[in-house]
Amino acid sequence: MNPYSDLIPFIVAIPLLGFLINGLIGLKSKSYRKHKAFIGGLSTLAVFIPFIIAVLLFINMSSDSEPIVVHLFTWIKAGHFSTDIAYRIDPLSIVMVMVVTGVGSLIHLYSMGYMADDRGYWKFFAYMNLFIFAMLNLVMGSNVLLLFLGWEGVGLCSFLLIGFWYEDMSKAIAAKKAFLYNRVGDFAFLIAMFMLYQAVGSLDFGVILKNVHNIPHNAAFWITILMLVGATGKSAQIPLFVWLPDAMAGPTPVSSLIHAATMVTSGVYLISRLSFLYTLVPSVMLVVAVIGGVTALVAATIAITQQDIKRVLAYSTVSQLGYMFLALGAGGYAAAMFHLITHAFFKGLLFLGAGSVITSMHRVEHKLEHNGEHVDFDPQDMRNMGGLKKYMPSTYWTFMLATLAISGIPIFAGFFSKDEVLAFAFNAGLGQYAQGMYFAVWGIGMITAFLTGFYMFRLTIGTFHGTFKLPKRVKGAENAEQYLEENGWNMTVPLWILGILSAIGGFIGLPEFWAETFGSEAHINVLHNWLENVTATVSSHASVGTEWILMLISIILAVGAAIIAYKMYSDDKVEASDAMLAKRFGGLYQLWADKYNFDEAYEGYVVNPVVKFSDKVLAVFDMKVVDGIVNAVGGIIRLFGSIFRYIQTGVTQNYALIMVLGVIIVLGILIL
Amino acid sequence: MSTLLNFTIYLPLAGLIGILLAKTDKQVKWVSFIATLATFIISLPLMLNFDASSSGVQQYVSQSGAWLPGLDIKYIMGLDGLSLLLFMLTTLFGPIVVLSAWNSVSKHVKGFFAMLMILQTASLGVFAALDLFVFYIFFELSLIPMYFLIGIWGGKERITATIKFFIYTLFGSLIMLVGLIYLGYYAGNAVNHGVFTTDWRILASPAFHIGLVQQTYLFLAFALAFCIKVPLFPFHTWLPYAHTEAPTAGSVVLAAIMLKMGTYGLLRFCLPLFPNASMTFAPYLAILAIIGIIYGALVAMVQKDVKKLVAYSSVSHLGFVVLGIFAMTTISVQGSIIQMINHGLSTGALFLIVGMIYDRRHTREISEYGGIARVVPIFALMFMIATLASIGLPGLNGFVGEFLILTGSFGSTVLGSHAFTIFAAMGVVLAAAYMLWMYRRVLFGPITNEKNKSLIDLNAREIGLLIPLVILMFWIGIHPSTFTRYSEKQVSELLQGSKNKAMAIRQNAKSSELPEWASRMYDITSKIAENNIK
Repeated sequence: MNPYSDLIPFIVAIPLLGFLINGLIGLKSKSYRKHKAFIGGLSTLAVFIPFIIAVLLFINMSSDSEPIVVHLFTWIKAGHFSTDIAYRIDPLSIVMVMVVTGVGSLIHLYSMGYMADDRGYWKFFAYMNLFIFAMLNLVMGSNVLLLFLGWEGVGLCSFLLIGFWYEDMSKAIAAKKAFLYNRVGDFAFLIAMFMLYQAVGSLDFGVILKNVHNIPHNAAFWITILMLVGATGKSAQIPLFVWLPDAMAGPTPVSSLIHAATMVTSGVYLISRLSFLYTLVPSVMLVVAVIGGVTALVAATIAITQQDIKRVLAYSTVSQLGYMFLALGAGGYAAAMFHLITHAFFKGLLFLGAGSVITSMHRVEHKLEHNGEHVDFDPQDMRNMGGLKKYMPSTYWTFMLATLAISGIPIFAGFFSKDEVLAFAFNAGLGQYAQGMYFAVWGIGMITAFLTGFYMFRLTIGTFHGTFKLPKRVKGAENAEQYLEENGWNMTVPLWILGILSAIGGFIGLPEFWAETFGSEAHINVLHNWLENVTATVSSHASVGTEWILMLISIILAVGAAIIAYKMYSDDKVEASDAMLAKRFGGLYQLWADKYNFDEAYEGYVVNPVVKFSDKVLAVFDMKVVDGIVNAVGGIIRLFGSIFRYIQTGVTQNYALIMVLGVIIVLGILIL
Repeated sequence: MSTLLNFTIYLPLAGLIGILLAKTDKQVKWVSFIATLATFIISLPLMLNFDASSSGVQQYVSQSGAWLPGLDIKYIMGLDGLSLLLFMLTTLFGPIVVLSAWNSVSKHVKGFFAMLMILQTASLGVFAALDLFVFYIFFELSLIPMYFLIGIWGGKERITATIKFFIYTLFGSLIMLVGLIYLGYYAGNAVNHGVFTTDWRILASPAFHIGLVQQTYLFLAFALAFCIKVPLFPFHTWLPYAHTEAPTAGSVVLAAIMLKMGTYGLLRFCLPLFPNASMTFAPYLAILAIIGIIYGALVAMVQKDVKKLVAYSSVSHLGFVVLGIFAMTTISVQGSIIQMINHGLSTGALFLIVGMIYDRRHTREISEYGGIARVVPIFALMFMIATLASIGLPGLNGFVGEFLILTGSFGSTVLGSHAFTIFAAMGVVLAAAYMLWMYRRVLFGPITNEKNKSLIDLNAREIGLLIPLVILMFWIGIHPSTFTRYSEKQVSELLQGSKNKAMAIRQNAKSSELPEWASRMYDITSKIAENNIK
């Protein structure tokens, strides 16, 4: 028994309390809103304390610990149906809790600097705490329904935070778009829940996992495929990924916390949670892998063409999530979780770095305007940047660490996790089922690995290397350079902590075949061992030699991509090289730049027709046809009514009279 | 306690006398407020003392002798698991509605509040009546004040709306009245020594069987009246008119209380009295419910008037309730009961909120607003909570109802297909689409209309009347069993009883005595398969 298990409810309660304090007092009292250090500090602590609790729990756990389930009270109950508000801590959920609260508290700290001048400071932190609360329900919920509460809750917070600057209509629209695309996924999720309840008679994870083998195959197929659809909504996979790039309208810490490190990985967590069920349905597993692989490639190609630094990172996130799905589909649940963790470090960091750059660019804008210059430029456009390395050394170096990690350069975190993902895909290709498809998916993963290094170095070089381009591009900004400076400690400290984690975080999942090579039986993949009882595993088919070759290939691809990008984009050649790429790839490049026209297709073929149909057909039908028939009937009755008009004047009394007469007649009948 | 129940029902009428005696408008309002608040307070013991473990038994029953010689029509009042929550919802909304009209009514103030009082008593009577005839009288009585509320204090097209509302609902009621009289005699002959009776307890008893042919006609008569009231597609077109033209208080009572009389009637009368017909017609009603869910949502999406949008959303939401009732599983019916309360809370709140902004700007056009969240933050917050409750966000009330209805109907053998649930669940996506779209257009973006820049945020009265609703939205969302436990037992007994009765009626039916359509419809000729009924 874990000595700290009594503290489990506090993990969720404390962020909720933080939300209530900042939210309610902030709403009520204008003077409270001025105590920014208190508000931000309280909010950060409300995430940090749960992190400490999670670490204490973690230290006292082992990979074969029994899950700790804390029942608080019965939530929904009717007939035979019953669900509790209950939290489940096991090796899988504790990892998620630590990632959410750990990365979460760093981002809260960072936000104290980033949001310092915003008038909605109190509201921002209230929403952020609410998000953490919802996310913790998602990962700790001991039944599918409580997970769903968190699932929708994080969707709500995402909506509120994307639309945080709601006075800008495009941001409000992006917020609604995110919520709706998620709802489409949630629709599938709901149906899956009904089926799951039908098949198992309970929504409790413990019961479900015990009974996976009793679920009829047909039901298992539909449950897993529908859950997958739900996951593609939340985790921004094809076909529901289009909301995520628009979600960048939110403040950058939001992009970092919600749209990179935590919420968007919920789908990965969900499938890992139900890994024993998924493993039973190979056809769905293949679908998961294919969706992941294709999404990874599609998003990576779009990322190459983007100029907005946050959008590059957004597409990169979609692509990296694709890797996680690829791993899940190949049976590498632990590998997917591994990539989820390292991704939380390096992508969280990349967004915070981008935020640091954007803050700096904003500062330049403000100072120029303060000096009476009317400048108008996009502070997120890479083409206005360049040369920031000199002025923002902490941002640059940490950004570079994250770039090395995501690109898969050896010993950095992403190298190990991505390599494991690809190894699983290759391994599935050697398996029994759909070998060709899995090899194809592996190939796609390899190509994407190359593209990842390419677009990430393009971004880093374009932003930080070369010369600062704003003075040349924007009139009135000739002296802008003097205003560039590094941000304060509360922004740089989180950068460095995440930077270190991006550098060394991969050591929690060293490849087992390294030990095997030296004839050792040691299990050096710590994470893998940690998760072996809570996620399904597949047997390995590849020999040690093959694994070394695979690793070598991915090293060559990653390093090659970095070198090519460096050659192409350094010395301020970003625009020239982009133009060159556009020319060489022609229509293909255009397709990437147009984001494969997913948005246009959804708008044009689904949303607009439905709205138009409702407006021009249904609403008219309702008024003319449905109501028309009623009017015709009403006309006949009014004809009778007009007889009474001779007796009484005024429409009002007529019908009251009809009533009274009716009652008299009825009573008359009864008495007679 | 039975005295307390009657006292609760008629206290608003006592308030009516006070209103008539009052000298100033201010006195009128205070008398109304005190009367309705007192009604609510004295109704609380009814809930607190209610024995949930025997919720199938009518409690606090009071009973008079027969009214008329030769007819066993009695004044019987009481509460049970089916009615308790709706009764409490009605008493809760009394003071809230009065408060909401505090500053919005300027002409004939006395008359206005007098109508509210009559409406309150009538509504309470509907939910407490245990004699079908008494139910009918209250059911009709509730129409009259609503008719005047819309016709006198309504918007520009109030007369059209009133006529449509009245004719439509009256039409339904008259058909029900015919059914009721027939039923009374039928029951009298069957189980009451030849004496006409409308005592619900006799009608619903397992001993009383209605023949299949008669059941069919009676079911259709009753169901039509109730479906108009709900309203179920395609009988819904009176609702957008009535809601749009009614003053805020009228819309709130209409949405929160009066529409529930329809769903309540289906549950209390159609299921237990006409079980075979209910089961046979269940899939068809479920189809209409689902059309209502999707159709209502799509039409709501393109409305330009906020009130009309909320009105169509009611069509959509109540489709869920009807679906749950006719899925006939304990889970789904429990969901329907709590969803009736939920719809009252969230749609009631939405109408209140829309009314508050209408009081300030005197327009309901969505395009007249935009970007007002910055000017009226508390209004925006309240609106957001009601919106989220309405779209079924987990943790708020709407989710509990929708989830139970959908889960229950998914496993329903009466409906016999998962397709019902799957189509209905689409309503969840559509609800988010039209509500958030409306919310965005009203509150987000830049302020485009100069007049909106000087809007004043909600005052203490307005916040105060919304707070109880908000608290209940969270309460039901987080701990619904506080409320669902009251109906749990009765619902499972009622469903089991109805199914047993249906089976008994079928077994006793002889195809030779039935017209061909009836034996085909109820599958009498072939061997009775028990699992058809289960």
